[in-house]
Amino acid sequence: MSFRYEFRLSGSGGQGLILAGKILAEAAAIFDGKNATQSQSYGPEARGGSSRSEVIVSDEEIDYPKAVNIDLLLCFTQEACDKYCKDVKDDGILLVDKNYVTSTPKGAFKTYSLPITEIAETKMGKALVANIVALGVITRLTGIISQQAVESAILSRVPKGTEELNLKAFNAGIELAEQAG
Amino acid sequence: MTNEVETKLITGNEACAEAALVAGMRFFAGYPITPSTEIAECLARRLPKVGGTFVQMEDEIASMAAIIGASLAGAKSMTATSGPGFSLMQENIGYASMAEIPCVVVNVQRGGPSTGLPTLPAQGDVMQSRWGTHGDHPIIVVTPSTVRETYDWTIKAFNLAERFRVPVVVLLDEIVAHISEKIVYPKDAEIEIVDRKITERDPSSYLPYENTDSDIPPFAEFGIGYRYHVTGLCHDETGFPTNDPKKVDKLTRRLNRKIERYRNEIIFYKESFLEEAEICVVVYGSAARSAYRAVSDARKLGYKVGILHLFVLWPFPHEALSKIAKRIKFFVVPEMNLGQMAHEISCATKQEVVKVNRVDGGLITPVEILEKIKSVQL
Repeated sequence: MSFRYEFRLSGSGGQGLILAGKILAEAAAIFDGKNATQSQSYGPEARGGSSRSEVIVSDEEIDYPKAVNIDLLLCFTQEACDKYCKDVKDDGILLVDKNYVTSTPKGAFKTYSLPITEIAETKMGKALVANIVALGVITRLTGIISQQAVESAILSRVPKGTEELNLKAFNAGIELAEQAG
Repeated sequence: MTNEVETKLITGNEACAEAALVAGMRFFAGYPITPSTEIAECLARRLPKVGGTFVQMEDEIASMAAIIGASLAGAKSMTATSGPGFSLMQENIGYASMAEIPCVVVNVQRGGPSTGLPTLPAQGDVMQSRWGTHGDHPIIVVTPSTVRETYDWTIKAFNLAERFRVPVVVLLDEIVAHISEKIVYPKDAEIEIVDRKITERDPSSYLPYENTDSDIPPFAEFGIGYRYHVTGLCHDETGFPTNDPKKVDKLTRRLNRKIERYRNEIIFYKESFLEEAEICVVVYGSAARSAYRAVSDARKLGYKVGILHLFVLWPFPHEALSKIAKRIKFFVVPEMNLGQMAHEISCATKQEVVKVNRVDGGLITPVEILEKIKSVQL
């Protein structure tokens, strides 16, 4: 049986979910040597409006690039959580930002409600890096992509001068996931 | 460019821009529009570094005009747009067809008509890409479905434009344009680059639209001593306008024949699992990605189904389809429009086809295609 793992990162425009998806895909495809695609769906607005980024990781060539049977769903808004939680697999993971998503649905999946944006604000002093904190959490919770690969992908994708801040944010995410068990 | 195998994660739009540079494109004029903007963005950065020119124009009418002018001056040129801009370009695309100016027009399809769905995919410009400009005119349309295919077909688009002196449309859609996926670049030695045939005549005896055996007149670039007339009006071999019915007839027939007679060298498609198939899914662009999955699932369930994946839409592969139709009982045609190619396929195969259509801004899912395959009564 071939291996296929589906991530959906959902929230609103401007939260950095598309960049986070590209980093995950690059980590898997370039630094971990698997196959990966990242695709997206968003509205015409520059900020706000719903936004979602989907990453497929596989050991085979990836034809259909959209997530239909989700292994990991990240939600940065309540609306996204309400809309997409039904697409999570029975043994999948629902990860929500505690500060934005107050009500989480019951399901056969495992739910983690973590203060992702709060950590970005208090520990990094910038809510802007919440997407990278989330990457740390995802990397640790799923174990699908190596920590080293995600670090390398972060360094290749973030603006010059922000490398240290982003790596710190990533490590804060890893820690957050470890504490959550 | 390199001789080492290089692997990167890039989008279809980035692959298109990079491939254009490899093909030798050195002039881009355009007006940014979603979902094609990254092509312009990438070329605005890259072109000046390779001695090329990037111009952001006032609109798409001017963009098309600018790339025609640049091509006449000898540069390989390109523009990139989406539906609303593609509509504005049609008049000058006709001019490029008539005046035989090689150029590449990338149209990243989004939902339409009008401004439609700016950020979502569609395949509604398939007929427009062939017949958007008026009159019987030559044009070639290619359409890839992955990032690597976008790279390869952008280079091929330039080669076809140069060889046949026609505008070539690269039809992408939001999925193919914005998807990030792994690309293993071809080695330089594997890439074929074609340049337009330059005249061997001196300026005094040069006929810009000379009738030659190949039907493709040799080119002379502007600015090096060749003075000739270029017009959208019907013209004779000198390039000056004419109403002489014989000359007009000759021109119109030659313009179209220069593609028709070489159609077998232009047309390209891939067949998968068709040897023993009873059902054939005919597909192109990003919908092909869903079709491969659906067909693989259907075959596991025991259905005798294969794929005909079209990369060149125009000229249309009528002969290939009518040949395949002799052994196929049903054709299934998934498209993100209301059946633009289904009609053409029906004509070629002389069969009713089973259509799978989506016009809501979403990519057709493998399940939607699989259900139609299952519904066919063999």
